[in-house]
Amino acid sequence: MRSVPALGVPVGTLRVLPVRAWNIRALVAGPALLVGPLLLFMAAFYGYPVLAMLARSVTDPHPTLANFAQLAGDGVFLHVFGNTLRTALVVTIGTLLLGYPVALALSRMRPTAATITLTLVLLPFWTSVLVRSYAWMVLLGRRGLINEALRALDIIQTPLKLLNTSFAVDIAMVHILLPYMILPIASVMRQIDPSLPRAAAGMGATPWGAFRQVILPLSMPGALAGTLLVFVLSLGFYITPALVGGPRDLMLSQLIAQQVDLLNWPYAACLSVTLLGATLVLLAATQVLPGVRGAFRLGSR
Amino acid sequence: MDGGLAPLAAARVGRGASVSLVDLEKRFEGVGAVRGISLEVASGEFLTLLGPSGSGKTTTLMMIAGFETPSGGDIAIDRQSVVGVPPHRRNIGMVFQNYALFPHLTVAENIAFPLKQRGVDRATRAARVVEALQLVRLPGYEARYPRQLSGGQQQRVALARAIVFQPRLLLMDEPLGALDKQLRESLQLEMRRLHADLGITFVYVTHDQEEALTMSDRIAVVNEGRIAQLGRPEELYDRPCDRFVASFLGESNFLTGTVRGMEAGVVVADCAGAVLRAVAPQGLAVGSAVTLSTRPERMRFDGVSGAAEGNRLRTTVTEAVFAGERCRYLLRAEDGTMLVLKEPSSATTRRRAVGEVAEITWPVADTVVV
Repeated sequence: MRSVPALGVPVGTLRVLPVRAWNIRALVAGPALLVGPLLLFMAAFYGYPVLAMLARSVTDPHPTLANFAQLAGDGVFLHVFGNTLRTALVVTIGTLLLGYPVALALSRMRPTAATITLTLVLLPFWTSVLVRSYAWMVLLGRRGLINEALRALDIIQTPLKLLNTSFAVDIAMVHILLPYMILPIASVMRQIDPSLPRAAAGMGATPWGAFRQVILPLSMPGALAGTLLVFVLSLGFYITPALVGGPRDLMLSQLIAQQVDLLNWPYAACLSVTLLGATLVLLAATQVLPGVRGAFRLGSR
Repeated sequence: MDGGLAPLAAARVGRGASVSLVDLEKRFEGVGAVRGISLEVASGEFLTLLGPSGSGKTTTLMMIAGFETPSGGDIAIDRQSVVGVPPHRRNIGMVFQNYALFPHLTVAENIAFPLKQRGVDRATRAARVVEALQLVRLPGYEARYPRQLSGGQQQRVALARAIVFQPRLLLMDEPLGALDKQLRESLQLEMRRLHADLGITFVYVTHDQEEALTMSDRIAVVNEGRIAQLGRPEELYDRPCDRFVASFLGESNFLTGTVRGMEAGVVVADCAGAVLRAVAPQGLAVGSAVTLSTRPERMRFDGVSGAAEGNRLRTTVTEAVFAGERCRYLLRAEDGTMLVLKEPSSATTRRRAVGEVAEITWPVADTVVV
């Protein structure tokens, strides 16, 4: 049977749609035509500038790899890169620990309760990152809600330094990135056949045993996807660390912005390539890791 | 837990658990799904809960397994009430409609799962897995994953997994529902064999009457949350107690009329323009309305071999269908009642033509009041 390659639908089934015949032919003939405009747009306004920027890391002032060679001995870069990795790691672990139980709860709720909870999870998602970061400034400031409350309760006399620390960055980023962890896990968990934990219980597994031996392994693809997503997003985070972070604990993207401000294009380009490279290496590593690909395939069932 | 290697298929008397349901009820948000089911399942029996979807048969099974909590009544296994006992402490084997095999585990790991929960050591587990796979005729499949198996093979693995820990009671929820007809029939026979080999109690849920008739020692026909009739397959088929059972379990012809009188356990009634007789368990008042029921294959055209004396009716053939092993005729009695007659096909029997007037006869013993 002939089928529409892009959609995987037999051609015959499309005929039931009230579409003119030439439309169907166009659909069959070229999915490329359909994505073409977007591809052109992306190439002109995203692909070209990015490549041009990245190219400067090896062409400015003249074709050289010296820019990269300098990075290895650059104390500022190493500190910032280390801090970026540490932040991404802490945020990823934080969102995983907080998000997994929520995803599990979501999968066990009745449909109405699940819809409400999902909306609550997504609500901050629809608010701008800028607004949420400012909210954390209000909460964590010297005269912020937390310090004032602690002082009113006579727990502390002098305000704690919460804002402009890496602790503030960790907290705010965990909050902002939580939906990216919860959603993939919840979507994989929802695909787990509810008769599986039942079957486990019927065969003598305790509730904890059923979770550990059935739910946990079957939800791993979701946890992995969430972990990857949050880690990669954390690596390139800019607004939140810029607003609530400390001046000495810069993230890589802040350093890039700083260098661009100083018109130090080659250095900024060099840092960008490093960030992009780190992200790509990470993605590649998770694809190659034994079991991961299989886990993803299992999840798509 | 017995970690030894007693063979799975060593038939022993009294090996199965007895189950008793007393006035069992289940309401979902006020709506009664099960409305007072009382039932005694004997040790080693193969009992089928047969009913249309939504009749409460699966809910009843889920309550026995412990996945649903009864709203009322009691469930006892081996005379011990299990209400409030969580499923993982009930020690019951269960086969689910969609098999519920763990997709991330191999066949061997799936089958070993219940043994692992019971702390059986690795060597014994491996030996038991081999034995269980032999029992369901799937040896050598240990290392496969469920997705690499056909539906029938998955079904066998689910069965092996449900019996490998030697439960005394096995519950099955429409286990053959997703398989094609031929596979279903061969697995039905295997289930019977397995039941005989293991000697444990089977409680089987299905909506397929043929499946129920083929496999069960006894059938409980469930309708609207209650047991409509309970008995051996032949009893249910030959003596359905009401119109629902008569039409759900096989096909039936219904003839309505009025009682003319009683003669020694047989009711005489005016039906479809004739005087017909039927087995009646109790006396019926003269002049009261009555419905008689007969199976289509018990009726014969007058004069053919095997035609028995008894009831006799004059009909007109309105439809004749050749269906391989039998011919199926749709007949109209003189009062307009439509009847189905199934005649075993043979090269020598004369096919009736549409429009032909035919006398049909059938034994009084095959006619019941419903």
